[in-house]
Amino acid sequence: MSAPLLSFHRCCQRSALLLVARRRWSSSSAAPGSLLSRCLLFLAKRYYDVEMLLNWRAKVGRDRLQRKNLYYGYTRKFYGPEIASAYYILSLGGGFRFVGQSEWFRANSRGKFSWEFLNYKDSLVEEVDMSHTVINYTGLSNLERQQHLRTLKLQGCPEVDDWFLAGLHMFQDSLEELDISHCTQITAGGLAALRNLRGLKRLNVSYLPKISSPGLVIILLEEMLPHCQITAEGYDLSLRQAVEETS
Amino acid sequence: MCAWRRLHGSVQTLRGSVTRGSVASTSVTQRQPGWGGGLPSHQSLSTGGALRNDFFKDLEAQLAAMRQKAMDALPGSSWTPFEINPNLPPETADIVIVGGGVVGWSIAYWLKQKEKLSKGMRVLVVERDPTYSQASTVLSAGGIRQQFSLLENIHLSLASADFMRNINEHLSVVNEDPVDLQFNQSGYLFLASEEVAHIMEQNYNTQRMSGAKVSLLSQHQLKEKFPWINTEGVVLASYGLENEGWFDPWTLLNAFRRKAISLGVIQCFGEVTNFKYTTHVRMTADDEQMDVRRIKSVKVQMPNSMEYQPVECAIVVNAAGAFSGRLAETLGIGLGPKDSLAGIPVPVEPRKRYVYVVHCPDGPGLDTPFLIDYSGVYFRREGLGGNYICGISPEEAEEPDTSNLDVDHQFFEDKVWPKLANRVPAFEKLKVTSAWAGFYDYNTFDQNGIIGLHPLINNMYFATGFSGHGLQHSPAVGRAVAELILDGEFQTLDLKGFSFRRILAQEPMLERNIV
Repeated sequence: MSAPLLSFHRCCQRSALLLVARRRWSSSSAAPGSLLSRCLLFLAKRYYDVEMLLNWRAKVGRDRLQRKNLYYGYTRKFYGPEIASAYYILSLGGGFRFVGQSEWFRANSRGKFSWEFLNYKDSLVEEVDMSHTVINYTGLSNLERQQHLRTLKLQGCPEVDDWFLAGLHMFQDSLEELDISHCTQITAGGLAALRNLRGLKRLNVSYLPKISSPGLVIILLEEMLPHCQITAEGYDLSLRQAVEETS
Repeated sequence: MCAWRRLHGSVQTLRGSVTRGSVASTSVTQRQPGWGGGLPSHQSLSTGGALRNDFFKDLEAQLAAMRQKAMDALPGSSWTPFEINPNLPPETADIVIVGGGVVGWSIAYWLKQKEKLSKGMRVLVVERDPTYSQASTVLSAGGIRQQFSLLENIHLSLASADFMRNINEHLSVVNEDPVDLQFNQSGYLFLASEEVAHIMEQNYNTQRMSGAKVSLLSQHQLKEKFPWINTEGVVLASYGLENEGWFDPWTLLNAFRRKAISLGVIQCFGEVTNFKYTTHVRMTADDEQMDVRRIKSVKVQMPNSMEYQPVECAIVVNAAGAFSGRLAETLGIGLGPKDSLAGIPVPVEPRKRYVYVVHCPDGPGLDTPFLIDYSGVYFRREGLGGNYICGISPEEAEEPDTSNLDVDHQFFEDKVWPKLANRVPAFEKLKVTSAWAGFYDYNTFDQNGIIGLHPLINNMYFATGFSGHGLQHSPAVGRAVAELILDGEFQTLDLKGFSFRRILAQEPMLERNIV
């Protein structure tokens, strides 16, 4: 007796489902964002104005990034390339160390830094730590002509990509240590660009998510840079899959 | 027997409990207590239940059909009582781009990017083959280099590399995946023998002055950097440090296509077979008659069908690649008397080139550049598994037949392998795993691109004849043609040297290559 009623109930639920608008998931595998971003995307598919607003917002973000990475031409002209590079590093929130000194010049958490580095006009920059900054390819032009740069730390920089690594060829004679771990945009094609850094002694390529076969890439890197010590953590290099196939 | 049925029943209930959304199975499980008493059976013996199942399925379908009819009846739907082939292009368009390869789509994207009024003009891209089976774009080796001798070529490559570096700034679409070109930053390596070393040095100076990052290596430095090369006979080598490498051409084509379509470009699959044009007769300074044509409409033939659609247009862009010469012939270029302007054909014809994929386990590693030897043979790494792509340009006298894309494997054994194994001894032990052939849009005059208007046709722009460099120059060429059409002259790069004038005046602009 209850069975027909229950079936009828199910039928009504189904027809209700038909009349409700279907949600269309995006093709990307990223998890859907907040309610606001999902609403905006829903509207952007239907209204040109919303699409234009989203494009404009993305463009504003990109322009802000570019403004931070501008070429410090004036500083270079009046104070020289080393001071210009130092100023650029500090304004982005990084740190550096001059040749022959042991103290680091850094900006504090609020972005303030001391102007003492202006006193060392002829000092050359030896170590640069730009971890977790927004340095990108255009910003790298501010570091050119640093012929004594030995260490470059770029851990967790979101804008460091393959083209940035190709641009590192300007340090090919002097660079000895490079840390590009946690940089989300680097792929194996960019690691091939490290072929120019023949003087490299220590390389850290841990936790790079876009490398498809990390074990193979690490072996090829070791072959390409024979005098370099490569640190690569955060990858699952176990042979479990191969064992399953053979058994 | 009963146990078997009980097992079936338990499987059914299990399945029913797993697929909660499916009404059919739940209704079966719901009905079970009311039916066979305590006996779970998966087969209902009465037809009453089955009818009820069909009724619900029909109801679903009928409700969907009713909803569709209601939506069609409302204004704003595209229902018409006439049956129209939806694949036909529109009857009018402002600009028709013939050829849906990477150059054609690049021009379409830049036209829409530069237009001042959104949706201000209708751009139509007509492509003959939806599968792109013979298109030069997808069959290309996909390399980009700045090591040319002509300034225009160097600047085109630099601009295209800049474009690809910021490709997501240009070609990203809201809510779609970002573009990943899979660019390998491995650089090109040219090897020069003693006879051509001076040409390489001159080219190096030109490239450095234009801003390309290239370095020269002596024989000793070459051996140090790449110990797997046999440096016998090599006097000088030119190595690209930046902005050089190879990428996936299909990704670039689809990125252009996706962004252009999101900006409003219309895509049509069909073949341009004929033009309707008007002719003005002009007298030249030598009192010669010149027929200047103006295209009024383009006839687009649907694939595998007798249907066609004449598209009225203002401007036609010829980006048909290897088949642009044939397209120009339908307009009468090249069919006039021999000593007049109309007698000079567009010198673009298809030339077949073979590409062989080889596997060599002991080959060079991750730092393998795109190596081009002075004997003409080239190879590059493909992937990480010890595979390489190689080939050679055949001699002028031995050009293969271009009626099909069949591969000649004997060509590899006779021409490619000996030179390859001579240059890289590890390649003496290799295995050819695959091969394909593709067409170059070969400019028989001087092997460089033709960009601009033809003097005899008022509104047809050419962007063809790149002879193997079309893919690497496509972003910059697209921008240049869009500037030519919309602004009337080149704005960012001056490519006046690539116009038709040099062909009509018979002044070739040759690349001083070492190959």
